[in-house]
Amino acid sequence: MTAPLIEGRGLTLSFGGERVLDQVSLSIRAGEIITLIGPNGAGKSTLVKTLLGLQKPDSGDVIRKSGLRVGYVPQKLAIDQVLPLTVKRFLTLTRSASRADCQKVLAQVGAAHVIDAQMSSLSGGEAQRVMLARTLLLRPELLVLDEPTQGVDVSGQAELYRLIDEIRRELDCAVLMISHDLHLVMAKTDQVVCFNRHVCCSGQPETVRQHPEYRSLFGVREADAIGIYTHEHDHEHDLSGHVVGGCGHDHSHDHSHDQGHHHHNDHHHAHDHHHGDAHAHKEAGTAK
Amino acid sequence: MIDDFLLRAIVGGVLLACVCGPFGAFIVWRRMAFFGDMLAHSALLGVALGLLIGIDVRLGMVATCLASALLLAYGQRQSKIGSDTVLGMLAHSTLALGMVALAFVQGVAVDVMAYLFGDILAITMGDIWILAGGGAFAIVGLVWMWRPLLALTVSPEIAAAESVPVERLRLIFMLLMALVIGLAIKIVGVLLITALLIVPAASARFFAKTPEQMALGAAIFGAASVLVGIAMSWHVDTPAGPSIVISAAGLFIVSSIVMMGLRKR
Repeated sequence: MTAPLIEGRGLTLSFGGERVLDQVSLSIRAGEIITLIGPNGAGKSTLVKTLLGLQKPDSGDVIRKSGLRVGYVPQKLAIDQVLPLTVKRFLTLTRSASRADCQKVLAQVGAAHVIDAQMSSLSGGEAQRVMLARTLLLRPELLVLDEPTQGVDVSGQAELYRLIDEIRRELDCAVLMISHDLHLVMAKTDQVVCFNRHVCCSGQPETVRQHPEYRSLFGVREADAIGIYTHEHDHEHDLSGHVVGGCGHDHSHDHSHDQGHHHHNDHHHAHDHHHGDAHAHKEAGTAK
Repeated sequence: MIDDFLLRAIVGGVLLACVCGPFGAFIVWRRMAFFGDMLAHSALLGVALGLLIGIDVRLGMVATCLASALLLAYGQRQSKIGSDTVLGMLAHSTLALGMVALAFVQGVAVDVMAYLFGDILAITMGDIWILAGGGAFAIVGLVWMWRPLLALTVSPEIAAAESVPVERLRLIFMLLMALVIGLAIKIVGVLLITALLIVPAASARFFAKTPEQMALGAAIFGAASVLVGIAMSWHVDTPAGPSIVISAAGLFIVSSIVMMGLRKR
């Protein structure tokens, strides 16, 4: 196997005495799609920032392939009104590109009309599209997306995921995506990492999906979220979205989806899963 | 014929405005106005130190500005005390220290007012050369780091993810800022330098569509403020430094009115 693009080893980080990352190890290899899921405040963004070197861990190492080109799409990009910035100028923020090239990538994401618009005047969906267009220009080896559909309405979300998939195919890059409402991309995901300050579990989505306990585990829980997912019901990747959503809401799933490992954890215990506990399933999460 | 001293004032002032324009734009974008103020306040300590040790006061000013910038960069590493508080403490304690130190300077009567509000009409050829050299250095530095610094201003996360050396750029920018402020004090003084940095940039904001346009616009508005201010000082006999700042503020008001008019149409 080739060396990972980015590898985090035993990353630990505390903010003001509170542990946000606890011995997290994660690696991303070329062409791999990894989806990171977990509840709000689980430290998903912090983990990604640490892997990208935006945040220094208290302990642990991040090993980055030298000269690695990363395209990063943050959760939300707030462009201050004090800074005049056209979309064209934003696209060429770290690298120059001709107007024709800018126009081309904008057309690809369906945002050709905004090329001369001010960044601060874009809607949430338009801003996300522009950020995706920028990654097309960058041609990264690793695309990092932090909840790319936040602040985008339901109909726009499906479209964005379709775009992300298209972009990934064109760039043939590795993807690290944070999500809690993941549905479409999920089916192509190589590895789902369920994360709540530590890696709770990880495995292939297909294994998760085919597991007999899957429905009984998530059927009830997901009822809460039905409003969000209704529009997806005719979609083939619908189920995957449920897996992820469920895992994000609590830690209730059995960890036996870890590539054939059979743990006999009672998954009910996981409902009141406490972080101070020693996790019987922890090794399942890191086993590859 | 224009008097020599007036010509020197115009050349020096316009040169300074051209340097301050792009730096001022970054100060506005990065919301560092208070930082500029702090550096300027600390420069007075540099004046006192220069006089006490017997070195050129400009050198003293640039040195204390650089030292305060480094001290601030260090102070911002912790998070128990907010960075605005650190700035405020540095600004006022260095200003007070400067005033106290000036009291120790024996013999020469120090014209404190000249340092507080600047004395552009007393500018010498030597000052102009130093301003031109230092200013060129600062501008070349800024142009050199323009793209990554702008990326960092738009989003530190994106910049860092794309291998922009964020911390190093922040520090270099602060140091260049310190240099510019050290150079500017002779002309507009400790208390007015921030105005020369931010007011023209604010005026340029109305008309700019890209960061580059705003930086260039800030230089033009700054140069115009200098010219109008010196003219005012010449004809109405007002103090030159404050007159420049008043012209800058006047230009800002005019451009905001023009802009409102344009929007309505």
